[in-house]
Amino acid sequence: MPDKPERLTRREFLPQAVRGIGLLATGGALGALATRRSAGELVWQIDPRKCVACEHCATDCVLSPSAVKVMHEYRVCGYCNRCFAYFVDQPTDDTTAAENQRCPTNAIRRSFVEDPYHQYAIDEPKCIGCGICVKGCKEFGNGSLILQIRHDRCVNCNQCAIATACPAQAVSRVRADQPYILRRSG
Amino acid sequence: MRSLGVGLLLLVALAGWCAASEEFDFPPPQFSQGYEYPHVSKPSPRPDWLVYVDIGVLAAALGLAAWLALGRRHRRGLALLAVFSVLYFGFFRHGCICSVGAIQNVALAAFGSDYALPMVAGAFFLLPLLFALLFGRVFCAGVCPLGAAQEIVLLRPLRVPRWLENGLGVAPYVYLGAAVLFAGTGSAFIICDYDPFILFYRLAGSRGMLVLGLVVLLTATVIGRPYCRYLCPYGVLLRWLAPFARWRVRITPQDCISCHLCAKACPYGAIRAPTPEPGAVPRHVGRGRLAALLALIPVFVVLGGWLANVGSPILARAHPSVRLANRLWLEEQGRVEAKTEATEAFEQHERPTVEAYRTAAAIHARFRVGAWAFGGWLGLVLGIRLVGQAIRRHRSEYDADPAACVACGRCYAACPVQPTRENALGLPGASERS
Ligand code: SF4
Ligand code: SF4
Ligand code: SF4
Ligand code: SF4
Repeated sequence: MPDKPERLTRREFLPQAVRGIGLLATGGALGALATRRSAGELVWQIDPRKCVACEHCATDCVLSPSAVKVMHEYRVCGYCNRCFAYFVDQPTDDTTAAENQRCPTNAIRRSFVEDPYHQYAIDEPKCIGCGICVKGCKEFGNGSLILQIRHDRCVNCNQCAIATACPAQAVSRVRADQPYILRRSG
Repeated sequence: MRSLGVGLLLLVALAGWCAASEEFDFPPPQFSQGYEYPHVSKPSPRPDWLVYVDIGVLAAALGLAAWLALGRRHRRGLALLAVFSVLYFGFFRHGCICSVGAIQNVALAAFGSDYALPMVAGAFFLLPLLFALLFGRVFCAGVCPLGAAQEIVLLRPLRVPRWLENGLGVAPYVYLGAAVLFAGTGSAFIICDYDPFILFYRLAGSRGMLVLGLVVLLTATVIGRPYCRYLCPYGVLLRWLAPFARWRVRITPQDCISCHLCAKACPYGAIRAPTPEPGAVPRHVGRGRLAALLALIPVFVVLGGWLANVGSPILARAHPSVRLANRLWLEEQGRVEAKTEATEAFEQHERPTVEAYRTAAAIHARFRVGAWAFGGWLGLVLGIRLVGQAIRRHRSEYDADPAACVACGRCYAACPVQPTRENALGLPGASERS
């Protein structure tokens, strides 16, 4: 401010008043933001209860391959011998030959545990998040395979492109300290 | 009373237990030998504290831009800062979050029901505005990753005729209004959906976005900052605040010799020429016209609000739930055969359609209110622009229009009357010292 006091004309006063009010408002709002207790950062996630495994996750993410991959909730899995996620509807025989598998990238590994149970593990680097297996498991099985946005890959767009495209409105913002939505915790 | 509460609780618990045990078609096995569940990796998101780094970098870049533009009057420094911003806010941070897009987060937090504004979005929205009140649009000079990209690719600026500039200049106000309407109703983030540069920053995106990005980028080589001037909704806010800035770009605070060189140097048409001596229009005629225009503003506002309100069913279709309900209705009426992905998904959840209609009706109600505000806003903008054009301020020399000037610093070098730095800053007491 000038040190010699001058008479303010109306034309000088108005801008100063507006500036003062503006500075107070923006400064105050910044202060309120900084001192607020709750409300951490948010990230995007798929709610497996809403997801219909439509394949948009594989194609609509801004990244390619998508930030979405399948996640296996083993504690929900039935360890079925004839897994609906793993095998196509009419397999030619009982082998794990590629034409018998649903997954287009061979990302699911089947291994014997004990009679009659088999474990199905996801080879994450191979998974492209197409959700074909998820659909099979959801429709006929326990729904233990779920699509989740992987936060080591997702760049946390301000507007997730998958959320825009998702026909089931299954993608929403969640708190960054609880970044995955599972059917069962643990 | 109390026993009733306990009973209710027990009932709820029982229901929960039943639901939990009935959930699975194939009960998860009890393994006889020691089977260990494999580890499922759940990588954490980027740690929270890193947002403070981003906010810090933004504040530092803003400070640097202000100092380079107003203090040092250093064009090359600003260009380097623009490169830094493209690298950091653009490529390194993948273009998200940016101040332009943060408008939507603020609108969603202000009008949406259950969205708490994250720290980083709030800070990115407010800091450039704060700086605009102090130093003008220094954010645009070299900090905004969208502006910086256009600044860098500008090769050979063409002059845009005044009438075209004025006409296209309405678009950002419409865009701002629409962005707030759609974000506030939780329908869409259109600024993000149609961000022309984000695709380059992420090195990925759809074909449509690539076309949009290339068109804007190519245009930006011959027309200075097309996105900033004819689209950017955040620029509207900066435009309002910058004229009240404490310090701002002064081309030559003393002795303008009206050589017209600075106006030629500005690629963004931000330099206003001196006005011819008044007298072309008799004073009282100008007054009468002004009064008529001022009286018209409320008419524009009401008319705009009413029109938008009439169109609100169309606007409301931006919300996926409204689109879903509309489609479900058509399908129920048998007016369309095929199902869409959305109605198929809805069917899978086995919810009654009434639920979808109810949701849509609630959203539509919000849109009716929002449409009034949106249309009223458009009317207001139109009115104010007409008034602004009717008002003639006398100017005796060339100066930078603080609303349009993005403080890029090109005009400094063009001015043959090299001002001293202190004068340029317009700091108090500078004239005594020089
Ligand atoms: S787009 Fe939605 S419904 Fe489709 S797979 Fe992804 S989350 Fe599921
Ligand atoms: S079927 Fe698709 S989602 Fe499932 S594992 Fe294979 S690639 Fe991943
Ligand atoms: S936020 Fe972006 S990167 Fe992450 S899943 Fe959505 S579209 Fe992909
Ligand atoms: S006008 Fe908008 S896009 Fe351009 S530099 Fe300013 S804030 Fe960024």
